[in-house]
Amino acid sequence: MREIDSSVIERTVERLCIKANCVLPDDVRTCIERAAKAEPYEPARVILRQIIENYKIAEEESVPICQDTGAACVFLEIGQDVHVNGSIEEAVNRGVAAGYTKGYLRASMVADPLTRVNTGDDTPAFIYYDLVPGDRIKITVAPKGYGSENMSRIKMLKPSDGVEGIIDFVMETVLKAGPNPCPPIVVGVGIGGNFDKAALMAKKALLRPLDQPPADDIYGELEQKLLEMINSTGMGPQGFGGRTYALAVNIEHCATHIAGLPAAVNINCHVTRHCSEVL
Amino acid sequence: MIKHIVTPLSKEVVESLSCGDSVTLTGYIYTARDAAHKRLCGLIEAGKELPFDIKDQVIFFAGPAPAKPRRPIGSVGPTTSYRMDAYSPLLIRNGLAGMIGKGSRGAAVVDAMKDCEAVYFCAIGGCAALLAKCVKSSETVCYEDLGTEAVRKLYVEDMPLTVAIDCRGDDIYQKGKKDYLDTIKEKQDGLR
Repeated sequence: MREIDSSVIERTVERLCIKANCVLPDDVRTCIERAAKAEPYEPARVILRQIIENYKIAEEESVPICQDTGAACVFLEIGQDVHVNGSIEEAVNRGVAAGYTKGYLRASMVADPLTRVNTGDDTPAFIYYDLVPGDRIKITVAPKGYGSENMSRIKMLKPSDGVEGIIDFVMETVLKAGPNPCPPIVVGVGIGGNFDKAALMAKKALLRPLDQPPADDIYGELEQKLLEMINSTGMGPQGFGGRTYALAVNIEHCATHIAGLPAAVNINCHVTRHCSEVL
Repeated sequence: MIKHIVTPLSKEVVESLSCGDSVTLTGYIYTARDAAHKRLCGLIEAGKELPFDIKDQVIFFAGPAPAKPRRPIGSVGPTTSYRMDAYSPLLIRNGLAGMIGKGSRGAAVVDAMKDCEAVYFCAIGGCAALLAKCVKSSETVCYEDLGTEAVRKLYVEDMPLTVAIDCRGDDIYQKGKKDYLDTIKEKQDGLR
């Protein structure tokens, strides 16, 4: 069995936290730059150009793209043939603390939701574990801002609501969000599963690259239909008017119960950050 | 055309601004977000003096990233404003003239803005590296224990903003969307 010391996980998480916050992924850039070219409304183009200038400055100067360096969401895909020496959870949190401190990233976590004292180093991270075949560990760090997180919703639809019910719920969520989640946004949608699985799928949908062609099935079609409907509302970047309100709609789906049609929408801002390393 | 304005904001300046105007702002502004607003309003409600004079001043809803060495501030951009809706009316009615944030505001805030002639600006959310370049100095005024949520006095130069809601209550979120949809419709009609 392959052995990995937890200190390797710690150092990797530290590095990924800094990179994710300062360097916007290529797929998101491609999408924003494409949208800026296609945007028909000049005031909206001005905003998109500033967004592009901003992430270029952030990368050049190695400073965070957004001051909300997020809650650190850390996704671990752990091969079942690897053994980690030491606590994985503690290693991830030490990595987040080191990354956020050394990288001059904002500490945005409070230890308790009601008494609300800042922990000072952005810990604890939200850690998601998946067991997968093999002897590697894939670590993805996706800092998640709360301007967009706060606009996310979940609904337990009925099977009879069908695809129309999903469309209505996604549109209602987006219209309610309006200018608040820093549009242009990325819309992560989870369909099926149970209450928590739907939300998790919506979150994981945000990790999917934005520059890939849609799947050749009903979900790919639904993504395209929703994107067109959202961008026809006229809300535009920052909600100041224009076409580009959303960059992409990413849907994840899975099996569900005969009585259920859960749907969750997790919204992300234009600073859709994620980066990975495989150990 | 871009209007250049300075703080503190005079009534004449506030009245001259209309929703949709692009402005650049120079002068001192104060950062405050959720936790600081709660404390400031608690002081007003208790009849106590505020740690800084808000009359004719501008509050920036923001919590910056830590400053790198030899920099006045880290990345800093607006946070979502509606979370301050519970507090802004009281501050406006006690003299606050301007707010910088992002996103929509509630009716009670707009009413207070109309009654007292205040203005709500938006900075582009998520453009914090760009906006930090406008900040020339930063000092903590109070609530250091809140970390990023402490109140800071910033000196900004030519900070790019948009007037989102003016002192007559006109709102860019309605106006901008309508302007865009009208533009599109004109283009489509022209093609017919």
